[in-house]
Amino acid sequence: MTNSWTDIRNTDLVIVMGGNAAEAHPCGFKWVTEAKANRGAKLIVVDPRYTRTASVSDFYAPIRQGTDIAFLLGVIRYCIENNKVQWEYAKNFTNAALIVKDAFAYHDGLFTGYDAEKRDYDRTSWDYELGPDGFAQIDMTLQHPRCVWNLLKQHVDIYTPEMVERICGTPKEKFLTVARMIGESSAPDKAMTSMYALGWTQHSSGSQNIRTMAMLQLILGNIGIRGGGMNALRGHSNIQGLTDVGLLSQYMPGYLNMPVEKETNLKTYLSTRQFKPLRPGQTSYWQNYPKFFVSLQKAMFGAAATAENDWAYDYLPKLDVPAYDVLRTFELMFNGKVNGYFCQGFNPILAFPNRAKITASLSNLKWLVTMDPLDTETSRFWQNHGEYNDVDTKSIQTEVIQLPTTCFAEEEGSLTNSGRWLQWHWPGGSPPGEAKHDNWIMGQIFVRLRALYRKEGGAFPDPILNLTWDYKDENEPKPDELAREMNGRALTDLHDPTDATKIVVPAGKQVANFSQLRDDGTTSSGCWIYSGCFNEAGNNMARRDNTDADGLGTYPNWTWSWPVNRRTLYNRASADLQGKPWDPSRKILEWDGAKWIGSDVPDIAPTAKPEEVGPFIMNAEGSARLFARGMLRDGPFPVHYEPFESPVANVINPEIRGNPVVRVFLDDVAQFGTPDEFPYAATSYRLTEHFHFWTKHNRVNAALQPEFFVELSEELAKEKNIPLGGWVRVWSKRGSIRAKAVVTKRIRPLICNGKTVHIIGIPLHWGFMGEAKKGFGPNSLTPFVGDANIDTPEYKAFLVNIEPTSGPAEV
Amino acid sequence: MSDVELEPGDALHPGKPVIVDRYRGATRLNHWVTAISLVLLALSGLSMFHPSLFFLTAIFGGGQATRTIHPWIGVVLFFSFLLLFLQFWRLNLWNRTDVEWVAHAKDLVSGHEEKMPEVGKYNAGQKFIFWSMSILISILIVTGIMIWDEYFFDLTSIEVKRFAVLIHAVAAVIIILVWILHVYAGIWVRGSINSMITGSVSGGWAWRHHRKWLKRLAAKPANRGGPA
Amino acid sequence: MPDSPTTAVSNPPVQEFVNNLGASDMISRSATGDLPPPARRLTEVAKLIDVSKCIGCKACQSACIEWNDTSPAIEDNVGIYMNPHDLTPEMFTLMRFSEWVNPETDNLEWLIRKDGCMHCTDPGCLKACPAPGAIVQYSNGIVDFVHENCIGCGYCVKGCPFNIPRISKTDHRAYKCTLCSDRVAVGQGPACAKACPTQAIVFGTKADMIKHAEGRITDLKSRGYANAGLYDPPGVGGTHVMYVLHHADKPHIYDGLPDNPKISAVVQTWKGVTKYVGLAAMSFAAAASVLHGVFAKPNRVAPEDDANAERLVGGGPEERT
Repeated sequence: MTNSWTDIRNTDLVIVMGGNAAEAHPCGFKWVTEAKANRGAKLIVVDPRYTRTASVSDFYAPIRQGTDIAFLLGVIRYCIENNKVQWEYAKNFTNAALIVKDAFAYHDGLFTGYDAEKRDYDRTSWDYELGPDGFAQIDMTLQHPRCVWNLLKQHVDIYTPEMVERICGTPKEKFLTVARMIGESSAPDKAMTSMYALGWTQHSSGSQNIRTMAMLQLILGNIGIRGGGMNALRGHSNIQGLTDVGLLSQYMPGYLNMPVEKETNLKTYLSTRQFKPLRPGQTSYWQNYPKFFVSLQKAMFGAAATAENDWAYDYLPKLDVPAYDVLRTFELMFNGKVNGYFCQGFNPILAFPNRAKITASLSNLKWLVTMDPLDTETSRFWQNHGEYNDVDTKSIQTEVIQLPTTCFAEEEGSLTNSGRWLQWHWPGGSPPGEAKHDNWIMGQIFVRLRALYRKEGGAFPDPILNLTWDYKDENEPKPDELAREMNGRALTDLHDPTDATKIVVPAGKQVANFSQLRDDGTTSSGCWIYSGCFNEAGNNMARRDNTDADGLGTYPNWTWSWPVNRRTLYNRASADLQGKPWDPSRKILEWDGAKWIGSDVPDIAPTAKPEEVGPFIMNAEGSARLFARGMLRDGPFPVHYEPFESPVANVINPEIRGNPVVRVFLDDVAQFGTPDEFPYAATSYRLTEHFHFWTKHNRVNAALQPEFFVELSEELAKEKNIPLGGWVRVWSKRGSIRAKAVVTKRIRPLICNGKTVHIIGIPLHWGFMGEAKKGFGPNSLTPFVGDANIDTPEYKAFLVNIEPTSGPAEV
Repeated sequence: MSDVELEPGDALHPGKPVIVDRYRGATRLNHWVTAISLVLLALSGLSMFHPSLFFLTAIFGGGQATRTIHPWIGVVLFFSFLLLFLQFWRLNLWNRTDVEWVAHAKDLVSGHEEKMPEVGKYNAGQKFIFWSMSILISILIVTGIMIWDEYFFDLTSIEVKRFAVLIHAVAAVIIILVWILHVYAGIWVRGSINSMITGSVSGGWAWRHHRKWLKRLAAKPANRGGPA
Repeated sequence: MPDSPTTAVSNPPVQEFVNNLGASDMISRSATGDLPPPARRLTEVAKLIDVSKCIGCKACQSACIEWNDTSPAIEDNVGIYMNPHDLTPEMFTLMRFSEWVNPETDNLEWLIRKDGCMHCTDPGCLKACPAPGAIVQYSNGIVDFVHENCIGCGYCVKGCPFNIPRISKTDHRAYKCTLCSDRVAVGQGPACAKACPTQAIVFGTKADMIKHAEGRITDLKSRGYANAGLYDPPGVGGTHVMYVLHHADKPHIYDGLPDNPKISAVVQTWKGVTKYVGLAAMSFAAAASVLHGVFAKPNRVAPEDDANAERLVGGGPEERT
């Protein structure tokens, strides 16, 4: 989230698209109802299904899954055509005026530099025309034909309301109503918030789905303001924390990049991370990258990280591929190239696509360790449960070691919510039986591994032997110790750079925040963006002061928010070029002539002059990008591509299947279905009664939604002779499931490019363990393919067939 | 005259005084099972009918026990009465004499029974009791099952149950009134209760109240002056 | 002693709290005629369910199960979202889902209503109940079942105009929403209202709730729901669970919410005239019999009757003694 949950109450218009906030985030959704009840805000829902969110919406428009980019580019086109643009914002705070290289072009769904063989682009032409001064060229009048604005206008031109209807199946009138309502928020004193979740990320064009809305929000001037923003609703209570502290294979903590193979030394590694400003006077905050990196190395390796050894750069593993995402990992496992797997808080056989492949992969392992509070299906993947897990146990040689862990309510620590708030919590109960905290388990593994390395040596024991492990009890690092480590501290007295006699932070003390981190090895910080969470003021995450001085829901003293307790990212953009709030009634910051003042921590140097320094300090341009340069693999502008399994051909270019740069594995391509065999467009989702695969273990949740089902329209049910509550078989190219049929008016067939498209909805909470009835899930059917940029699997759009059947044999 | 006007077991024992067998042992047992059931049903039913009578639930071991047992007693009553019904229904069919008897009902109350027509084994009053019981018990068992929610909740809708419970209550009140009449008649007409205890009545009782029945018995060849 | 709580949002009090809902606060008690009038009147409370804010998340059901420690069965899916499939002795509140196509706009509306006891001012269950003290009504409006007094007859089921009470097959007692009388008694609002994430369920004094509803209705009217309104049916004297409906002109579209609920005339007859006339008739008949028995001459067999019988039958072989 750029903003916070509590800020949603300040909005005038909520658009829920690519998510189902009421269903999946009922507690956060309260802020939508607050905005509706107290501000008269309107709620729009655009979704293939009439969802629980839609049930309290002011307007609902149907859309075919996987076509959101076409819809949103259509809205952008509408806004440009009808002058629904926040001009001052768009001109000054985005890169609309920057000039793009002549070599850049786009034709029929592809940009310049495409290599079909590699399924990748040469992205060198996707950049600004630089002047002799090294700065990007600009035309503030937006007259230059190569300026971003004009290229964008040209790019979106084909997405007319008629085209949107052809692609998305959204009736033109409904689309136009949505566009009109959205367009109103272009007024400087109107705000729209976008609430989205996995309905956008879990697509082969997931990153671009989100980006398209971000572009729209920029054009409307809705980023950085109260009641605005791009608000990703994180599905798991701490999934934001997971990405923040670098649990993705390509990241280290704080979104620092994992080095790749060709970056053989620190100098090379940092050379691409200089982030020289692209416009004069801009902050380009990533210039501080070395400070964060060196402090991280010092936190990890302490005295062993020295200037002489490049801060122990060689200790870091180097990626030989862009990332070891779950699809790649299981592809390797499937091919026998992974023989041991630690599965901590994951349930891959239900959670990952193409269950047959996952089961086969796990069966290839020598050993599998599961760490979970629950007896998961993955722990039992080898056990035959009739048709619900029809495996030949005898043929599976994988040794499974189950380590029971504690659950969140039995632990102390912080959870980072969608709004980046690190909220400290305390255990509410004692763990049952032999359950142990994850910290204890990881501590034990480390201590024992280190002992082995000490005893036996090995090819390169240094990173293990030199890893900082200075916890009071080396067997179990405590949450507060880890939090302090992430915050970081001074390793020697830190002197004021402008006054060497002044000690800013004495040796051994916690740094106040990341602004005190240094690249000379005098500071350590385990996660720079979390720096400030546990400083000398104490555990700021444990703060529980809900004072709301300006009555707008900032709550600055409630827990702690990264970065530096900032509640709204890019909040400088809430004020105009002179530093006056666009909407004084929803002021965040104001320039008082000398500095920025307001209820939130300014997202800019406090003394940065408004007309000189752009609000988007993380970007070298100082402005937000309507044109993404080469930052995304699949294009600087979003393009509509069909899902890999789509009921219709791509209207823009029928030759292109799926997203052209998505990585696909050959065995998976063979398993993509086609509409002649699998005519129905399926999508998977969650239900409010359950949380993932956990709550089916709980009797209360199990009673509230006891049994697996699929949802389909009355029209399709009639066509297929499927009765309400009857059994159906649903199958894709990869698997087959049996489910109860929920026949509903909430799903209606759509007409896409003249063809009737039936949609089948498949919720995902059931398995063969727990209290609820045994059942299947959508991932027996979903394709093994992911997003072009971050490889999130395409769970939301695939093809199936359906027929009535009889109930399963009891097991 | 056929034996239709007699019931099995009806017999005459000449002597001084004459003894007449009116009810067989099995019939008497049947009657008393029915009677006890009815009394228990009335007590348990009344306890749930009016708050001032709720204390009666103590007899059955409390409210829950009363609610549980009441319908089961009802089932016993129904089958018990069914047996009685099968034995009695023929001689309780309405006939011309009954009309005449009813017309002279005033004489009965004022003590001039001699002015009344001679009747067979059952007079019109007894027949009235019999048929009232038959009809009311049928109504009570049917409506009772409709509100026997422990086993038959799904049988009827709540709206139907509301009517059932009302009809059940009204029928119960009426059957209690009929029962009072029946008991009182048995007491007021001295010698009657004996017929249900020993099974026999005196010849005088039979002469006074059911002369036609006595005559029919006397007319049977077996009873004419011969040994019993 | 403190009055009823006026919100469900606040955290529970940490100080010792005396039970505030005792026998002295009862204003009626089933099968009990002569209840002394209470010395004080608690402020009437109400739960307001704003159907237009409800997202059908079932947190209320979950909170209800947890607080009341019930154990609803894990049933089958029968093609709808509603689970369990009806109110049960283990499930006192239930989200009912109706897919309704508005004939005026041709738009689908997914109407989700939290069903449960309405806590009528004129409670049909209490009227029908034959067990003294099994159903009580407090001066704050809560209608509560006192299970130790319940005999399990199911009369409350017939008395209720909303089809709410359910009889347990295990302990044979009637169950329904208590409006969390045990929480209200110690200064807390109902568990469902506390759990409701969107505050579609709010709790407070009835007067406050009516006022709150007015604000909601104004908002709904501004969004084109011309018939938005409050459901506080006068047929049962008003209720202490009320709804804000977007279509208050047709409550039945919300999965059969009664348009004009009142205690059935059949139940009124049963519990009214039948009860009094019946008892009078039976008492009269019994008394008349006794009087007649005492004062009237019994119908005895006269000696001549015996003689006549002997004459008719003829002498027996021997004299009887």
